Amino acid sequence: MNTTHYLVAGASHAGLEAVHRIRLVDGTSPITLVTRDAHAPYSPTILPYVVSGQSAPERVVLRPADYFLQHNITLISDNELVSIDETGKQVTLKSGDRWQYAKLLLATGADPIIPPIPGLSETPFHVLRTMQHAIDLRDHAGKAKRAVVLGAGLIGMHGAENLRHAGLDVTIVEMCDQVLPGYFDARAAALIEHAFNANGIRMLMGSRVVRVEPLGDGCRITLENGDSLEADLLLVATGVKPQLDYLKGTSVQVDQGILVDRRMRTDAPHIWAAGDVAQAADFYGEEKVMMGILPDAVTQGAVAAMDMTEDHALKPYIGGVPINTYTFFGQQAISVGQSLADASLEELTRVDEENGRYLKILLRENRLQGISSINQEMDAGIMWQLILRKVDLTPVKDAFIARPLETGRALMSSTWR
Amino acid sequence: MTAYNTIAFDPSRCELCNDCDACITACAQVKSGSDDPLHSRIKIVAGFNGNPPELALCRQCGDPECVKSCPSTALTKNPDTGLIDWEKSLCVDCLLCTVGCSYGGITYNATLQHVAKCDLCDGDPACVKACPSGALSYITSASIFNEQHEREDLFVPGLSACQGCNSEMIMRHSLRKVGPDTVLATPPGCIPGMGSVGFNGTTGTKVPVFHPLLTNTASMLAGLKKQYNRMGRNVTAMALAGDGGAGDVGFQSLSGAAERNDQILFICVDNEGYMNTGMQASGSTSYGSWTTTTPVGSEMKGKRTSQKNLAMIMMNHNCEYVATASTAFVEDYYEKLDKALAASERGFAYLHIYSPCPTGWRFPSSQTIEVCRKGVETNFAPLWEYERGGDLHFTHPIDNPLPVEAYLNLSGKYRHVNEEQLACIQQQVNERVRTLKRYAGLN
Ligand SMILES: Cc1cc2nc3c(=O)[nH]c(=O)nc-3n(C[C@H](O)[C@H](O)[C@H](O)COP(=O)(O)OP(=O)(O)OC[C@H]3O[C@@H](n4cnc5c(N)ncnc54)[C@H](O)[C@@H]3O)c2cc1C
Ligand code: SF4
Ligand code: SF4
Repeated sequence: MNTTHYLVAGASHAGLEAVHRIRLVDGTSPITLVTRDAHAPYSPTILPYVVSGQSAPERVVLRPADYFLQHNITLISDNELVSIDETGKQVTLKSGDRWQYAKLLLATGADPIIPPIPGLSETPFHVLRTMQHAIDLRDHAGKAKRAVVLGAGLIGMHGAENLRHAGLDVTIVEMCDQVLPGYFDARAAALIEHAFNANGIRMLMGSRVVRVEPLGDGCRITLENGDSLEADLLLVATGVKPQLDYLKGTSVQVDQGILVDRRMRTDAPHIWAAGDVAQAADFYGEEKVMMGILPDAVTQGAVAAMDMTEDHALKPYIGGVPINTYTFFGQQAISVGQSLADASLEELTRVDEENGRYLKILLRENRLQGISSINQEMDAGIMWQLILRKVDLTPVKDAFIARPLETGRALMSSTWR
Repeated sequence: MTAYNTIAFDPSRCELCNDCDACITACAQVKSGSDDPLHSRIKIVAGFNGNPPELALCRQCGDPECVKSCPSTALTKNPDTGLIDWEKSLCVDCLLCTVGCSYGGITYNATLQHVAKCDLCDGDPACVKACPSGALSYITSASIFNEQHEREDLFVPGLSACQGCNSEMIMRHSLRKVGPDTVLATPPGCIPGMGSVGFNGTTGTKVPVFHPLLTNTASMLAGLKKQYNRMGRNVTAMALAGDGGAGDVGFQSLSGAAERNDQILFICVDNEGYMNTGMQASGSTSYGSWTTTTPVGSEMKGKRTSQKNLAMIMMNHNCEYVATASTAFVEDYYEKLDKALAASERGFAYLHIYSPCPTGWRFPSSQTIEVCRKGVETNFAPLWEYERGGDLHFTHPIDNPLPVEAYLNLSGKYRHVNEEQLACIQQQVNERVRTLKRYAGLN
């Protein structure tokens, strides 16, 4: 039996931030970091750029080689958490090794959802979540000519663009009527779609795939309306979902992800969860939500670590705010907070179709609820803070609406001093 | 541990309201060879409702959120310089760093099509050089920490000074720098009162310390120093005395030692009064100040007489070295400590340090350094030095001093000051500077 004080499962944004925070206040207790991946820690967000060849796998390692040694962290790669004995405070890894822990953090992220499309399981396809996926996709893309991407979420859109950059003929099939739902409203989404069309990507919105089947080296995809597409490369990007088999037999409560409180504690004693695996407080409502974005994984990892180390500086998690800085074909779409107006919100929109510029501000009682923009300079971090801090914009409202960038900067600077 | 240099911004000096954009243009020029403000990595924005301007600039954070949000490793903190370095060849333009930063420190440049941030111009920032009003300054006091933090703090932990006490800071900085071969005298006042002379048979210092009478500090030190010299030991005879112990009750022995040019390092920590016995006025208490012996009522409006300028009096003893200092300008103080220490080998060295007192002056304990700074910047407490036989020399000349209210407004002890008193204080400040300038050969 091996023993450790802190056991962290998952070596990506949430897990790495947690060990960093733990070491800030606890320089000595043993930390063990287990990750399923055989590669040195990297960010899933970088993967589309690995596919396009812009980023070399060996240059995107999130921690220098000597980091773990220097901070006295035992890193176990290419292994996996498979079960937890909550009363005995032990875990079992895929290798069969058992570890005794005092505190356990689950930061195992999420895995691609494989939709129940008839024929899909018999057809070769790609997903994009790990370095190996990216390398496989990159290698295949080098040989392929026609790609179909299922899903117009973040991963599908990034994947499609990079396949296009790699010279493929690309089609996106999406069930919803718009791209990037949840981050952008229909008008902004239309501007993004337009850029994709203009760059030669076919956008089949509001289309449902009813069947997929192998065809030679590739596949045939049949849509609900009867149309069919042929492709020699299929990328499935229809969402992600945590893989939680290792929780069997524990009292950890699960909905779409692991349910946690504002300190990232699960319902089981001595077990925390953070990042894409966790379902935590929403900034806007009562329901707990899955965030699935990088900045939030960092925040949650930090909160968990501060609670695990009983750091008095801990401020409970304020709640998830959707944030998306989406760059596509040299343009920028940024969305912080809510993107859809309802009756309780004041909405201000400015659209400049000609130059593809767009700005939308949502306020409730003169407090920022959400802001989204296309091709406008925007400090997303400042907007995030204005939302989180519920800054009352009443005295500067006109200025904020006219010049959100400068006004936001001045507001943040004044709170800093 | 390493500390780093940084750019400081003083909005009260910024001329943005007069359409000055010198720093912005300088940055755009240096980084992109253009005057377009888009290329500037420093952004000054107008304050609200007549408030001073605000700044968006990378703070080169200690635990940088931009770095944590970066998926490509393009951003890293350089352990040697403290800079957050950005590596173009790794960046994938995802803009996630702009989500991490709350200060507008890293922003997308649509012309260059990538993010850009301040890199402090390799330690010689163009914006600071271009700023015509001194609103931007490049603060290098971190180097003091890097040089000094390995030296031992020769006071014990847990001295019972008030929260925010400037004197404790002065004591610890001074003795750490002067070093262990020291005999220290701390005449009655806050300094021994907070425990530096010790209690229950142990001292509050890690060097020999004694508690002379208020009247005989300098003469006792003179004798001790002579005895050490006789024994062939090179020991610094140092005093940390309050303004009362130096300039009022202790003045006779101080003046005598200075006149004889005895080898002493005498540091006067001037909090303008007898603070530890209940905030009574001293000869150093400034005109108009509230103290418990110069109260504010229907007749009396604080102290009726002017403060005496002890530092100038000491200069007129023509001793080896005399200087004034302030904890808001530590680099300046450290340089003066070096000089004073060397001078004390030859003869008498006197340092006069302004020490605003949160408890006695009634300002929040978080504002100590700000009060110190404004004291200097209004010319209320000018920084200068004098070496035997030479001219007085301003070490931090203030060309455009703030009005003295900027200093007075910070402390409760001046709260009652009326127009007439204010004019009088301003006039005293002006006269004092004029006199000093004469000694400096400037007019
Ligand atoms: C292609 C793509 C593009 C993206 N683009 C963006 C973007 O533009 N902006 C944005 O904000 N977010 C983006 N994301 C999402 C972002 O990458 C995630 O939100 C973030 O990585 C979550 O971090 P995490 O640490 O919670 O989990 P993950 O990054 O998923 O890491 C999970 C870790 O757990 C390990 N692991 C999994 N199971 C086990 C187990 N049983 N035992 C031990 N270890 C295990 C894995 O090996 C990995 O180390 C993107 C994601 C992808 C895939
Ligand atoms: S860019 Fe922002 S977060 Fe990064 S170091 Fe600078 S101020 Fe800090
Ligand atoms: S834009 Fe560049 S520096 Fe910023 S987070 Fe993305 S990769 Fe890192």
